Amino acid sequence: MLYRENGQFKTSYRADQQIFPILQDRVMVLLFVAFAIVAVPMLASDYLLRAILIPFVIISLAALGVNILVGYCGQISLGSGAFMAVGAYGAYNVMARIPGMPLIPALLLGGFFAMLFGMFFGLPSLRVKGLYLAVATLAAQFFADWMFLRIKWFTLDNSSGSAAVSNLQIFGYALESDASKYLFCLAFLIVIALGAKNLVRGAIGREWMAIRDMDVAAAVIGIRPMYAKLSAFAVSSFIIGVAGALWGFFYLGAWEPAAFSVDQSFRLLFMVIIGGLGSIAGSFFGAAFIVVLPIALSQALPAIAGLFGAHISTSALSHTELMVFGALIVWFLIVEPHGLARLWSIGKEKLRRWPFPH
Amino acid sequence: MKTRQLALVIAALAAGASSLVHTSAMAQAKEQFIPVLSYRTGPYAPNGIPIANGIVDYYKLVNARGGINGVKIAFEECETGYDTARSVECYERLKGKNGGAGVVQPWSTGATFAITEKAPADKIPIVTLGYGRSESADGTVFKWNFPLAGNYWVAADALVQAIGQKEGGLAKLKGKKIALVYHDSPFGKESIPMLEERSAQQGFELLKLPVTAPGVEQKATWLQVRQARPDYVILWGFGVMNSTALKEAQATGYPREKMYGVWWSGAEPDVKDVGEGAKGYNSVTLQNSTDYNAKVVKDMLALVYDKGQGTGNREEVGQVLYLRGAMGSMLTVEGIRAAQERFGKGKVMTGEQIRWGLENLNLTQAKLDALGFAGVLRPISTSCADHMGAYWARIHTWDGKAWKFTTDWLQADEQIIKPMVKAAAAKYAAEKKLTPRTPAECQS
Repeated sequence: MLYRENGQFKTSYRADQQIFPILQDRVMVLLFVAFAIVAVPMLASDYLLRAILIPFVIISLAALGVNILVGYCGQISLGSGAFMAVGAYGAYNVMARIPGMPLIPALLLGGFFAMLFGMFFGLPSLRVKGLYLAVATLAAQFFADWMFLRIKWFTLDNSSGSAAVSNLQIFGYALESDASKYLFCLAFLIVIALGAKNLVRGAIGREWMAIRDMDVAAAVIGIRPMYAKLSAFAVSSFIIGVAGALWGFFYLGAWEPAAFSVDQSFRLLFMVIIGGLGSIAGSFFGAAFIVVLPIALSQALPAIAGLFGAHISTSALSHTELMVFGALIVWFLIVEPHGLARLWSIGKEKLRRWPFPH
Repeated sequence: MKTRQLALVIAALAAGASSLVHTSAMAQAKEQFIPVLSYRTGPYAPNGIPIANGIVDYYKLVNARGGINGVKIAFEECETGYDTARSVECYERLKGKNGGAGVVQPWSTGATFAITEKAPADKIPIVTLGYGRSESADGTVFKWNFPLAGNYWVAADALVQAIGQKEGGLAKLKGKKIALVYHDSPFGKESIPMLEERSAQQGFELLKLPVTAPGVEQKATWLQVRQARPDYVILWGFGVMNSTALKEAQATGYPREKMYGVWWSGAEPDVKDVGEGAKGYNSVTLQNSTDYNAKVVKDMLALVYDKGQGTGNREEVGQVLYLRGAMGSMLTVEGIRAAQERFGKGKVMTGEQIRWGLENLNLTQAKLDALGFAGVLRPISTSCADHMGAYWARIHTWDGKAWKFTTDWLQADEQIIKPMVKAAAAKYAAEKKLTPRTPAECQS
């Protein structure tokens, strides 16, 4: 009733090709973004900002990057953790080695290094596909693990191989409060997500999708596989690299290579699969599912047990959390194999017809 | 269809409910809140469980003994699974609860790195008992870190001394070959600077053999050991890496008597699976080993376990890691007590006050005896410049069934460690653009 596009006539191609062609969607998204920018920093507690929202924003960004490569271009990658690590260590080195290096260019340079690294490890994609490519990109992961543990130059000859940053500031304004860190990460997310959305609905995005759907046919109609695949690797690893730099700088503050281990790669891949392959919104759903749900479960379970007067021990709690989480993954994948983003669009479709479904 | 929708709604509600429901009961007045970060699940759970049991049982014991001058301890456990990101989440979740956390123990190297960057802003002291950053012993730079009762460099130096003792004097180490089999992570690499320093001084050859985490695959490493035939092997492992290394040593035929582990490689879970095969294996202890007869253990059984309040198995009370956890809690509690002596007995202390207490800790033998820790550890006293408080360690050896001390107290060489700590801390301060505290600032 409320959500239908009747009467919204498009009189130009521009209007027809908007990201959100339906007025209600536009309003809703704008309201949501405004809420995230204005209301959230004012309302959210320190805990919510530091422990949930900042990691959620950063991991969404990383999932977005993975989605471009895996979801749009169909190149399965298990090297995402490595790209994050290159971004984080790259930005860290740039900050530490160049005196007076401003923060934003340092983060972007981190992304740039990750891009070079990603393109290099994307080269096998020209020859191998599918699961074989996943294994080939795993090499990137192990290479990065090795590189940051062994090559002392990257960690400024620190004996333990850990990296730490502090005193972050932009234009002389210190990013100390949680709200400012959150807004900074959110700004990165919004700008990059908009850019990514425009890329995937443009010519280059269509090339990626053509390659994903059938690479031989794509080559026949004149799409250069090398260009399309490497550009997907470049864009994707740039975004993941920036996310890695933000993760190190703004969430962890100090990290060791294990923070970007193969687990992280798997988690990012699961995020885009659960969230929805080939969907920008799916990256956010997936990140929310993997980042926020376990934490929510670990806090909700004792409360639920408390309703029945029971007390669960910490270990029972975390085992239950893992089981419930696993069951939910399986259940969501059975209910909707195309991910949460698909559930979302089904929901919107139903809402359109509500209250008179046919 | 109906059930599916219902299930969806329930799932959504469960996810949403957590943000609304506050899980902890409101703290009553006069309770000192301490968060407990533990890992009872995940790959390192065999080590994490006894530590966590020791930590919380000791807090229960303190409460059973009447609290700290009447102030009871309130604690809440948060499961980290030894994951850095989850540890940070736990820290953030608990730091503001129940009037604010007074002190935190991260119990993980990665988490220590991350929390070290956050704690100064939150004004919460970090107690890391023999792990974390070795250079954080320098309290002038690391104002909020307390690697109490020894760090990895103390452990490494004690190991070299013990090997020297076995050879009949440190001078005899010249020309010997010692292999370091280490966990390839910042934790494992903490050993290297100290051993390199000693290797240069004593003239032994140091062979560095990294093992990729988690360390279940060590065939290649032990092949190198077999080829190089080192006179001794120092094992710097954690979790499953230890029992794997011992099994590989057994398979390779490397004598266990010539293997020396760091304290993370020297507890019951590390050798239990190997049993007789680990007989003769040595490990350094940063003070405590297994002690079923310590007074604190007997008190624990009488006041906590006999009342049905115990967290773990009765049989495990007094084992290495259990006592380690209890010792961490004890030092934390004594820090709070020291703070109370200055800022007001019977009051709840803030993080800043506890920091002062930890920095001015003076645990004399008499105090240790009263607490029931006689024989478990030596007196510890900290100061502004020295947040570690003790340079002592002992070696214990697995006899196939239990850990037994086989050396007397060994004092790590302060002449070597202090300048190394100073230099590493100065480097950290320079990177972070911190100014170390002056003696005048130490008074505050």
